[in-house]
Amino acid sequence: MLATAEKVLNLSKSDQTEVHCVRGRSFLTRFANSEIHQNTAERDMTITVRCVIRKRVGVASTNRTDEVSLEEVISRAIAFAERQPENHSFVSLPGPGQYREAATFFRETDEFTPEDRADAVNVIIKKARKAGLVASGSFSTASYEVATVNSLGVRASGKTSLASLVTVIMGDGGSGYADRLSRNVADIDVEAAGDEAVNRCLLSRGAKAIEPGEYDVILDTYAVADMIGMLSYMGFGALAFQEGRSFMTGNLGKQITGENITIWDDGLSEPGLATRFDYEGVPKSRVDLITGGVARGVVYDSYTAGIEGRESTGHAVSPSFAVGPYATNLFMESGTSSLGEMIDSMGRGIFVTRFHYTNPVHPVKTIFTGMTRDGTFLIENGKIARPLKNLRFTQGILEALSRVELISRERRLHDMMGGGAYVPRIKVKGFNFTGVTEY
Amino acid sequence: MRKPGDTALRRFRIALETARALGASYADIRVVTRRDENIVVKNGKVDALESSEESGFGVRALVNGRWGFASSSKLDDEEIEKTAELAVRIARASARAKTEDVTLSPVDAICDSYKTSYDIDPFTVSIDEKIELLMDAERLMRGKKGIRVSTATMGFRREEKIFLSSDGAEIAQEIVESGAGISAVAADANDIQERSYPGGFGGDFAAKGYEFVKSLDLAGHAEEIAQQAIDLLDAPQCPSTTTDLILGSNQLALQIHESCGHPSELDRVFGTEASYAGTSFLTPEKQGTFRYGSPEVTIVADATVPGGLGTFGYDDEGVPAQRTELVKKGIFINYLTSRETAGRVNQRSNGCMRADGWNRMPIIRMTNINLMPGDWTLDEIIRDTKDGIFMDTNKSWSIDDKRLNFQFGTEIAWEIKNGEMGRMLKNATYTGITPEFWRSCDAIANEDFWHLWGLPSCGKGEPLQIAHVGHGASPARFRRVRVGVGRW
Repeated sequence: MLATAEKVLNLSKSDQTEVHCVRGRSFLTRFANSEIHQNTAERDMTITVRCVIRKRVGVASTNRTDEVSLEEVISRAIAFAERQPENHSFVSLPGPGQYREAATFFRETDEFTPEDRADAVNVIIKKARKAGLVASGSFSTASYEVATVNSLGVRASGKTSLASLVTVIMGDGGSGYADRLSRNVADIDVEAAGDEAVNRCLLSRGAKAIEPGEYDVILDTYAVADMIGMLSYMGFGALAFQEGRSFMTGNLGKQITGENITIWDDGLSEPGLATRFDYEGVPKSRVDLITGGVARGVVYDSYTAGIEGRESTGHAVSPSFAVGPYATNLFMESGTSSLGEMIDSMGRGIFVTRFHYTNPVHPVKTIFTGMTRDGTFLIENGKIARPLKNLRFTQGILEALSRVELISRERRLHDMMGGGAYVPRIKVKGFNFTGVTEY
Repeated sequence: MRKPGDTALRRFRIALETARALGASYADIRVVTRRDENIVVKNGKVDALESSEESGFGVRALVNGRWGFASSSKLDDEEIEKTAELAVRIARASARAKTEDVTLSPVDAICDSYKTSYDIDPFTVSIDEKIELLMDAERLMRGKKGIRVSTATMGFRREEKIFLSSDGAEIAQEIVESGAGISAVAADANDIQERSYPGGFGGDFAAKGYEFVKSLDLAGHAEEIAQQAIDLLDAPQCPSTTTDLILGSNQLALQIHESCGHPSELDRVFGTEASYAGTSFLTPEKQGTFRYGSPEVTIVADATVPGGLGTFGYDDEGVPAQRTELVKKGIFINYLTSRETAGRVNQRSNGCMRADGWNRMPIIRMTNINLMPGDWTLDEIIRDTKDGIFMDTNKSWSIDDKRLNFQFGTEIAWEIKNGEMGRMLKNATYTGITPEFWRSCDAIANEDFWHLWGLPSCGKGEPLQIAHVGHGASPARFRRVRVGVGRW
């Protein structure tokens, strides 16, 4: 891969050039109604070129690897760069860095077969059937070779793999959920995921509605990962920060949540999704985002770092996403409570397994909305009293994080908008539920 | 449009022959070449100028009553054969977990071609001209004091695809799309507000050429939306109350998308999206009898309307584009279907199977889901409203996993008092339950106010697929809707 990337780099005559190559195989086995209904495989290689001519940047990509296509992709990027006015905010592509080793690739994931995925899915289907329930979900495995090189000496390359299992179990008006995420498919505990989702579904049958309003909540790790991921989308990146669209703008050094909240991004820390370098080939750095409730920093790519005269933190994503740098390896500090202690401590409140279809309502105020899903329960006098029909919430995230009373010892890793979030459960005083649905 | 030659067709048929020889009862191959161009001008600079090209093929095989799909970007004889073999192997793996065999409703084996009709090929227009158009509009927004971020964007796609099936279909299509939009973000010490034109999230898109971008007249609307963004900073908060709601056609487009389009996808109804975005409240026993909306409400799925972003010649199973009534005078009567799902409700497919490129398996997608116009003028609706709110341009959206409880936020709103538009309101939101909401619709503006919006960002499926769909709507009124949700 590195050789291919360097070959393309040598074709460019622009002032600065970056070549990003990714070659991969990905598979996804999807099941519903307790049978496999979609089952896919993909093999692709994409080459993306960024050419810079006097502060003018053009980007072009292709998935054809013949000589003509490689020369043509360079020509397109150069032509785009030449035909625009200078962008004086652009300083430079990044220079070379030192890469730390990390466990990003596992042979077990690379060699996992369609038959292996089908057998794993059958484990969950059988558990659901045994309980009189219906299974759905997906099991995906993928492996990629990635290389980013540039004319300033960046030479980043390596292999990554990823395995993800998601299941929703439904029946008798109830539903339960579980997911597992790892670079190594051997670490995906299919039995445990199946048991978790089946048990949650059985508990959630016979749900009754509750009046919307403000309730104390315990958010399971799935809901916390969704919420922290939404916070990252709303404003942990330097582009939103610099444009004044982030809740972090003007607040660095200020208390923005409770003192018990600490959130950081780290591409190299276990058990997150280990990532050695970003899209531009810049080594991943740990970035403290919120420490003890105080806003500490945001993540940078080379463009936003150049604007402030600082170094990239290694958080560039594909320019196609047009979102600027993105924190995708999130960690939230654990607390000291067990789940049992959290439930015991609650007089009356709601346990939320996960959120569904969350979306920002006002990013600077960090207000978001969404539904609860796959297991929502009323807690009374320290015990789970009964399952609840799903509720809509409309809530400020920073406001919720200012009222966290308990944080669990246990943390779990979940998918978070393309990355991973390793988060605990939290108990929040006063969460604003604004509607209810019919099931 | 370049039609495949005999050599290419012979090569593509390798997939079908290989799959059939290995036991597939049905197989198809799609060969797709896609070219995209995107330009972003922000705060006086070209923020992004990108061109992407990709090509590849996907083979779908039905073996032992189950599907397998395999795809590759390497288009040679050996790879086509290997990929077809993999599709068959994957289908056999699928059959390890099945309850019943997939059966396909019949379709005529069509050999044909289709091409989007356009005046100006957007890929022949110079980059200089495109940047100048965007710069002109962006400059006008930036000139307003209080604007923090001003953005103008443009995007184009050309997709050429060839479809061959073991049933004998051979179809070549070329779809061309163009779109553009502007947005202005205003901020002060206390708040931040955004306005967009012609709609949020990139503007408006159509299956047309560059003439569509020119017709939008971005510069002609730049100063107005920039001023509105500034005015919103000091506008009063949308009150929390229950009132009559008039939705502009841009917001209504997303309302249709989420609360009618998605729930009428028959694969979702049958549970195949259960573990992702969920299922649907429009269960089969409701077909033909369920009162989805008021008698004013008629909604059609129309893949034949010229220029729609959900317009094509044939779907990705070779089924001709069609017009289907989903809701007729308020009664839910039909679904969006595929060959696999249509048979289960004793129908033939109405042609809604589409895949996002060569590397995705087709799933049921919206085409152009259109709310048919009524006979009011917008002025008449407003004059007829004693107390209400007019909202437009989507900013935020969320709906539950059966498509019942929804909540939307819009960029802008105005209060209506005694039949007249009053103060501008900010942070407007509304919420409801889908059939209750559509049953409360009592006035829809006429065809003079009807616009077919292009939405290039409909996500569905795993691995994720992004579909380009259309929604036609004119402003409409809904009685007694809850607005102003949440603590502000």
